Amino acid sequence: MIRADHISKTFEGRKVLDDITIEFETGKTNLIIGRSGSGKTVLLKSLVGLHDVDTGRIFYDDVCYTDLKFKERKRIRKDIGMIFQGGALLDSSTVRENVRLPLDLFTEFSDAEKRERVDFCLERVRLVGADHLYPSELSGGMIKRVAIARAIVLNPRYLFCDEPNSGLDPQTSVVIDNLIQDITKEFNITTIINTHDMNSVMEIGEKIVYIHEGHKWWEGTKDDILQAENPELNDFVFASAMAKRAKSVTK
Amino acid sequence: MIKLFENIGRYFQLLGKVFSRPEKMGIYIRRVSFEIEALGFNSISLTAIISAFIGAVVALQMAITLESPFIPQFMIGYATREVMVLEFSSTVVALILAGKVGSNIASEIGTMRITEQIDALEIMGVNSASYLILPKIIATVVFFPILTLFSIIVGIVGGYAIAFLTGIMLTGDYIEGLFYCFEPFSFTYALVKGAVFAFIITSISAYCGYYAKGNSLEVGRASTMAVVASSVTIMIFDLILTQIMRV
Repeated sequence: MIRADHISKTFEGRKVLDDITIEFETGKTNLIIGRSGSGKTVLLKSLVGLHDVDTGRIFYDDVCYTDLKFKERKRIRKDIGMIFQGGALLDSSTVRENVRLPLDLFTEFSDAEKRERVDFCLERVRLVGADHLYPSELSGGMIKRVAIARAIVLNPRYLFCDEPNSGLDPQTSVVIDNLIQDITKEFNITTIINTHDMNSVMEIGEKIVYIHEGHKWWEGTKDDILQAENPELNDFVFASAMAKRAKSVTK
Repeated sequence: MIKLFENIGRYFQLLGKVFSRPEKMGIYIRRVSFEIEALGFNSISLTAIISAFIGAVVALQMAITLESPFIPQFMIGYATREVMVLEFSSTVVALILAGKVGSNIASEIGTMRITEQIDALEIMGVNSASYLILPKIIATVVFFPILTLFSIIVGIVGGYAIAFLTGIMLTGDYIEGLFYCFEPFSFTYALVKGAVFAFIITSISAYCGYYAKGNSLEVGRASTMAVVASSVTIMIFDLILTQIMRV
């Protein structure tokens, strides 16, 4: 479980997050949705500690992450996997080297054990045979899958995904969504996904938090969202005429 | 002015992170050998071409300038050696490498910053500054003095070649001049300068890249800034080192 307790964050006088309190549940795919510039990426980066919050506290299970010193945070960071929007793979390393890096840095595994673990993760994301390729030789979907493999290689307890579907076609997006959801269930991870892809919301949104102008505006499940009366949420989720019609039919 | 002091402060903060205890020594050793190849070996050809031509030009210029019955011809070899050892091979080569290696480091690290690769390392719990920058610093500080020595040798050979090919002087006189008033400490001075300038180029360029933000335009700016700041700092330290280590 990850809990944000009244967190706020200001950049150059502009309040980007304003008194947000949320709880993300273990074993579920938790989604943060919102318009571009609403503060959802800042929220995600604050949760993982890439930004320090101005006020409020963040808890990883029972540990108050915000109270920890830099070196103490390292212990929790080893339990965190993160998938960045562009994949953030190291350009100068092959797929195998990218996935293996956390094992090299933080485990005492033998070479054979590392190879076995990397093979397992690559197999899990269906990337067998691509281990010798460099990021520049991969498609967008493959980059995301390598990023997922790297994120899970140390068996994380918390998985963060920043717009994992951006730049992908709808079919590949579904593959990535399902992969993240399967991994969440399989390893009982607390997964937080930052997205504005409505297909993802409807496909895997077990808990959804809507951020609007730095505030938590709404929270619920993918079933609740169809019945929600919140005007800002509806404007965002059912932005197109087709989506509006679909909602009225569902109602 | 405030911005300058802010940058200096942040630079030293970054150095503090760079020189904190590495995660795993084995990984760093592998990265150092990779960087020696990327930053050191890949600069050999450029250094060789420039040093050979400068050595030749210096010898030629000296031959023309010192053409007098009162000045012995071996002075051409002596002057070529002094120019190469005291200034050219350490300072001028460093300035050239500030352009090649410095822009390379700044753009590499800057691109890693804007594509979130540095964030990814931080999330893993890796000290990204140390992981990315320390191997580069060690590689250049170790290799640039070797490159300086190499440049001296190639430059002197360049001078010999021009003497041999054009006949402007006897090669025997040139060689005699190379050993005239030979002061071994001047080599130490050149190598120390090579190491100090390597540190300056690598750390300043890495700093410019590490704090790049925005888009590819900013990476370009960081790269330019790295070359300018490294070059100016090299000149300042050239003066300081020359004063301290007066040969």
